[in-house]
Amino acid sequence: MNKLKALFAGESVKISLLSIVLGLLIGAIVMIAGGYNPLLAYQSMLEKIFGNAYDMGEALRAIVPLIFTGLAVAIAFRAGMFNIGVDGQIVMGSLGALMVGNMISMPPIIHAIVAIIAGTLLGGLWGALVGVLKTKRGINEVISCIMLNWTALYLSHMVIKAFMAEEGTSRSQSIQESASIQINWLSGLLDGARIHWGFALAVVALIAYHFYMNRTKWGYEIRAVGNNNHAAKYAGMNVSQVVIRTFFLSGMLGGMVGTFEVLGVFKYMAIASATSGLGFDGIAVALLGMNGALGILLAAALFGSLMYGAQGMSFGANVPGEVIKMVISIIIFFAAAPGMIRWLLNKTKRSKQANREG
Amino acid sequence: MHNGEIVLELKGITKRFPGIVANDQISLQLRKGEIHALLGENGAGKSTLMNIVFGLYQPDEGIIELNGQPIVMDGPNKAIECGIGMVHQHFKLVPPFTVTENIILGMEPKRGFGTDLKGAASRIAELSKQYGLNVNPEAKIESISIGMQQRVEIMKTLYRGAEIIIFDEPTAVLTPQEITELLQIMKRLVDEGKSILLITHKLKEIMDVADRCTIIRRGKMIETVTVADTNQETLAEKMVGHRVQFKTDKRPANPQDSLLDIANLVVTAENGQRAVDGISLSIRAGEVVGIAGVDGNGQTELIEAITGMRPIESGTIRLEGRDVKHGSPRTASEAGISYIPQDRHKHGLVLDFDVSENAVLKSYYEERFNHKGLLDRQAIEEVAERHVEQFDIRTPGIHTPVRSMSGGNQQKLIIAREIAKEPKLLIAAQPTRGLDVGAIEFVHKQLIAERDKGKAVLLVSFELDEIINVSDRILVMFNGRFVGETTPETTSDQELGLLMAGKHQGGDRG
Repeated sequence: MNKLKALFAGESVKISLLSIVLGLLIGAIVMIAGGYNPLLAYQSMLEKIFGNAYDMGEALRAIVPLIFTGLAVAIAFRAGMFNIGVDGQIVMGSLGALMVGNMISMPPIIHAIVAIIAGTLLGGLWGALVGVLKTKRGINEVISCIMLNWTALYLSHMVIKAFMAEEGTSRSQSIQESASIQINWLSGLLDGARIHWGFALAVVALIAYHFYMNRTKWGYEIRAVGNNNHAAKYAGMNVSQVVIRTFFLSGMLGGMVGTFEVLGVFKYMAIASATSGLGFDGIAVALLGMNGALGILLAAALFGSLMYGAQGMSFGANVPGEVIKMVISIIIFFAAAPGMIRWLLNKTKRSKQANREG
Repeated sequence: MHNGEIVLELKGITKRFPGIVANDQISLQLRKGEIHALLGENGAGKSTLMNIVFGLYQPDEGIIELNGQPIVMDGPNKAIECGIGMVHQHFKLVPPFTVTENIILGMEPKRGFGTDLKGAASRIAELSKQYGLNVNPEAKIESISIGMQQRVEIMKTLYRGAEIIIFDEPTAVLTPQEITELLQIMKRLVDEGKSILLITHKLKEIMDVADRCTIIRRGKMIETVTVADTNQETLAEKMVGHRVQFKTDKRPANPQDSLLDIANLVVTAENGQRAVDGISLSIRAGEVVGIAGVDGNGQTELIEAITGMRPIESGTIRLEGRDVKHGSPRTASEAGISYIPQDRHKHGLVLDFDVSENAVLKSYYEERFNHKGLLDRQAIEEVAERHVEQFDIRTPGIHTPVRSMSGGNQQKLIIAREIAKEPKLLIAAQPTRGLDVGAIEFVHKQLIAERDKGKAVLLVSFELDEIINVSDRILVMFNGRFVGETTPETTSDQELGLLMAGKHQGGDRG
């Protein structure tokens, strides 16, 4: 309990909370300037999120991938690296799950499990590739990540067109029902919201992440490399191996998002002109969540419901959904540049002091 | 010079931090044209006091007077406005910028829409001449030596019109030659009418340049003395609160069999040059071999080769007859080599880890701490507690990040970790860099204790006192080779100094 108190008294938490408040506030100002009613807008956003069982379920569905991509980015951050290739790893995860789900026949449950494993592994290997290029060839991970995102996208198009094309559409064939991970009875309860086993795995992943980073030898190595790779090398750690392993894990988390989108939500893969962008949202989640499990959960919940609720804003208050993108951007902006908020905090502290003394 | 008017006066300065009183009623007077030393151990409160003067902290009690007028220092800008400049221990420079660009940073002289770089450069050249700083305004920071970078910091304060200059541990990062030059520059500055506050724990420097010295211990002011009327022993005693031995007590060495044997070792540096050029060396169990030399003559590369941090070109390194040349840092460590690195912040510690996490940095994977990947927190904490107790590491607790500990206590933690591994060979590179006399004494005692336990000890240091004090055998390294071998009993500072400068003693040995 004391720990919890200390956590919320901490400066970084204050910064995150204030960033959120400022984001919503500035969003409101922009809406007023544009002639919209911000109160109505935020109200219809909340109604969209909490209005009925279906929407609540679908909002949850929007949160789950952000938890995974947030974790994927965070684990790389902890090792001092920037994984902006989560989008590509998601595509590879989807592809792996789709191939197993569509092309191979297996009994239910087993089929789903094999498909999840296939997608997760493929995502992980795609991530590990970045680590290998970085350690063996000295290629900056940001460059290879961006290129591999596109490589993954077009590779998926090729594979789909070659083996699983659905004639007359720009998407793949669907997976077999035996590979579905949708929880039908729960979806039924929530008026058809697409609820799947990824929810349960998200909770497991959060706990596992916290445990892995703080209690295991491997997490210790990741943190040592991320904080001071010179000292890690001096201490005898195999820094290259840690880098590759971290990218493998990061890619696996990304790959899981892809598997759940295919097996639990859409049941097929679209031949899209760009990647989903979920990996980039993960950067925002990790940043606001300060790379901690609890922080990531809260940040993913916030961003996921904001994004989902944005649809309600255009419907209920006629406000374009882009406003919410702006609000999110402002939140990230303040969270990433804490100097400004620190300045604000100091200012209020000083004036409070002055009031007391005067 | 001693009767100059008082330019800066601190009256009863008190600063409290949660849990400690960093400064307790400290008073101090700085006269015009004097070098006033502020002496104290690591963590005594010197830096806090100077940060108060420079406006980085606000005192809880007490007043600061400038030329007799009370003044509120509410930030570094105010301090600079008042003519106070600070040369920080860790330089605040932008490496890819030129000297001029660094100096004008934050107060760029305008000309039209651009910056008047030319005018600034000529002003800098002028100041450089006046104070004998010898700074090239066009040079890039990343291409000049540490000593020169420090002069740029000094120039920064002068350019901003400082009359009072605070030096925070200015010699901690310098080579012996650079120290001599810096002390000359400081004298020149006061001759030109500046006043200097010198924070240090090096007694020799105080004796060399300071006019007066204020001693603080654990946040309390002990007294202000005139340097001419005192000596090093008295100052040291006042600083640490008890008598200090400068000569470490040691019995004669009792060397056993040869433990480390290096033959014809060649190691290449980053720039592709041969940093270690065909060296042979053996160290026996139970002796301390000291390698003297000016920084950058291959000492670092030699040690990195022995500890597995750098590949070797050719030659052999044997520990107890077994080849360790293809080792990694971990194989070297497991073979029984412990290493107290030169740069404790870069290599020795993960600063954001706490004491316990740093205590097991090299052994976390061993079975006693690691059960199938799960770290045994209790076992780790026990080891950390033991280190803290045995090596008198002053820290609020084992879960304090080491970043917030003083340099001496950080070094103690590293030494505790390296010695606890029960090594066969202990390598110490600059082990007392930046430490105060009390901590130096402690480190030296530990090295000799290890020797007496029958370990081989290899000491690399740029400080002659340390080499002479601790070693049983001294090798002098120059240009990647050993240019001389001697013993502390038979050598002198002069002889070592000449050898370090590359004046041959006659033939390579080692």
